[in-house]
Amino acid sequence: MSNVAIKFEGVGKLYQLGVMGTGTLSHDLNRWWQTRILGKEDPYLKVGQVNDRSTKGTSDYVWALQNITFDINKGDVVGIIGRNGAGKSTLLKLLSRVTTPTVGTIKARGRIASLLEVGTGFHPELTGRENIYMNGSIMGMTRSEITRKLDEIVDFAGVARYLDTPTKRYSSGMTVRLGFAIAAFLEPEILVVDEVLAVGDAEFQKKAIGKMQDVSKGEGRTVLFVSHNMDSMLNLCQKGILLENGTVKYASTIQETVSYYLQGGSRDSKYVAGEKSSSKNLFVKEVSLLGTENQQIGMYKFDEGIHLSIKLGKQSGFTVDSKCVLGVGFYTQNRVKMCTFEYLISEAAEKDGEYTFDLKLPSCIFAPGDYAFDIVLHVPNVQILDAVREICACKIFDNGTDYLKYNGVNNGLVVVKPEWNVG
Amino acid sequence: MEEKWDMVITPSKNLFDIDIKGIWRYRDLYRMYVKRDIVTVYKQTILGPLWFFIQPVFTTIMYIVVFGGLAGISTDGVPQAVFYMSGILFWNYFNACFTASSTVFMTNAAVFGKVYFPRLVVPLSGLTSNLVKFAIQFVLWLGVYLYYVFTGVQMSVNWMIILFPLLIAMTALFAMSWGLIVTSLTTKYRDLNMLVTFGIQLFMYATPIIYPLSAAPEKYRWLLQLNPLSSIFEFFRYSVTGAGVVDWMMLLYSAVCLVISLFFGLVLFSKTERNFMDTI
Repeated sequence: MSNVAIKFEGVGKLYQLGVMGTGTLSHDLNRWWQTRILGKEDPYLKVGQVNDRSTKGTSDYVWALQNITFDINKGDVVGIIGRNGAGKSTLLKLLSRVTTPTVGTIKARGRIASLLEVGTGFHPELTGRENIYMNGSIMGMTRSEITRKLDEIVDFAGVARYLDTPTKRYSSGMTVRLGFAIAAFLEPEILVVDEVLAVGDAEFQKKAIGKMQDVSKGEGRTVLFVSHNMDSMLNLCQKGILLENGTVKYASTIQETVSYYLQGGSRDSKYVAGEKSSSKNLFVKEVSLLGTENQQIGMYKFDEGIHLSIKLGKQSGFTVDSKCVLGVGFYTQNRVKMCTFEYLISEAAEKDGEYTFDLKLPSCIFAPGDYAFDIVLHVPNVQILDAVREICACKIFDNGTDYLKYNGVNNGLVVVKPEWNVG
Repeated sequence: MEEKWDMVITPSKNLFDIDIKGIWRYRDLYRMYVKRDIVTVYKQTILGPLWFFIQPVFTTIMYIVVFGGLAGISTDGVPQAVFYMSGILFWNYFNACFTASSTVFMTNAAVFGKVYFPRLVVPLSGLTSNLVKFAIQFVLWLGVYLYYVFTGVQMSVNWMIILFPLLIAMTALFAMSWGLIVTSLTTKYRDLNMLVTFGIQLFMYATPIIYPLSAAPEKYRWLLQLNPLSSIFEFFRYSVTGAGVVDWMMLLYSAVCLVISLFFGLVLFSKTERNFMDTI
């Protein structure tokens, strides 16, 4: 028995753009004539274009998803990443059977529940209790299942006092919390989650993320997760799938996928010297960010140190000044200098060829955020031999500092543990 | 190795695929929909469920004045209150079921767009919740009926009363199957909606609700009998009052019409439910 929980095989979804009107009827008739009566292939499948929303196309048909093929193993927590309109929601819609693919097959094992938008199907006139039953049964729970979980749901949502009040009297926050609570206590084998964590206050968000973690880690469920919040993605998921214009652009571990996505797929976490700088006497040849297993990454957990590997090149016969240093500037994304590091290289650079300097920054100090490096080879106050700026963009993500609960609110650039004395 | 999957999603090819098992699995949802429909109608009203009675009573009075009084249309010798109210009850039930079914996709687009469940649960629950309203109103009618019987009006219930559940079921299924056809056809093109809203009003006059079939001129009676609802209403009236035109062939004709409508309704609905979110 294979371990695959979800299998996408060449799935595509064609959408018709423009206004539905008299014109579309002739297309429909043509389509029906060609496929049903003449038994030919659907003529509009061919004219479908890649879904790039910013450019004006010539066809009224676009592929919101095209040629999607991947497997998801049982128990995997997979984050689906992509820009707006990349096809993420369409993919989840297909999986949760809201609509069907135009071509291809999706196979799945186990009950699928989707948390596409919480509070779906709440009737404003019904009380909280009635809506729990209503909403739970929409999601496929039986009456007895809901009764069993009622207390937990009410407790988690924190609406005990309002249980017998119509939901139209609820604050919007309460509605959302109740909706999330119902969905969170479903017990499907496969859970599909779309952007639900972007709701509620900070306290509830932490609770929700915690619940999601329990669901995915403790209970061995397969979870598909869509969010624009990379921090929660990195915290919750193990694997990532990057969609771009309706196709799978990249699929790997979540760290690698997120860094690939954040760097736009082009600006690498690696720097390689161009021709011009390679002709310098002493130059920065290659710089890369390495992970714990010396693989290239662009993403570090807060409690992992950044590892920068710098390769220098030297023209043969060139003598390095004895005072020459390798300077590394560590900047935030907004070019605030965090700190500088330098190393006297003359000794190491006595022989010709290449030299590698490995720089490991301490962990648990730099606040989660986006960073980049400058590297300068110089003789202090005398001469700059080579300088490369804003390279090796990387991200430190929060995997559990005390500030995680503030959900990205700026809490300073460094995290230190002070000593508190209370009198 | 043959792999086993719980769910396989493919582009639709089958003409007729209705997820009977799924509907059974979602029976609790069906119950919740029925409950919701009944409970929410008269929330925040003082008279509450009394409104179930007020509407048919006033309509009946109006019909007695207009059709019975001013227009002087015959009621086959049946007391006007009994005659009109039975017609109103049946017609209301038909109309409510039809309206509920014919707007399934439009009114539930928000929910349907988020989660999957067998969509047929919603129109089916509509039939049931309206049946409850019908039953409540039927008690009222029964009161009126008994009043006339006790005051000495000659009306006799005959054995055809056993057809009553069948007649109700036929009314409901006709309403649903026509509603399903309308809702399926209106997800993409809304034209039919325009036709249906006034069409259903006109259709009432083509059905023996406010007049007995016997009041129609012989020459044109066949036209009214083309309407498959006619024989259903006539059979009911006959079974409780002994007055009316009953013809078994006509009932058979209605049954055949029903099977055909139901088939088309379900096929269209199951075809539409898979992709309607893309076009609605």
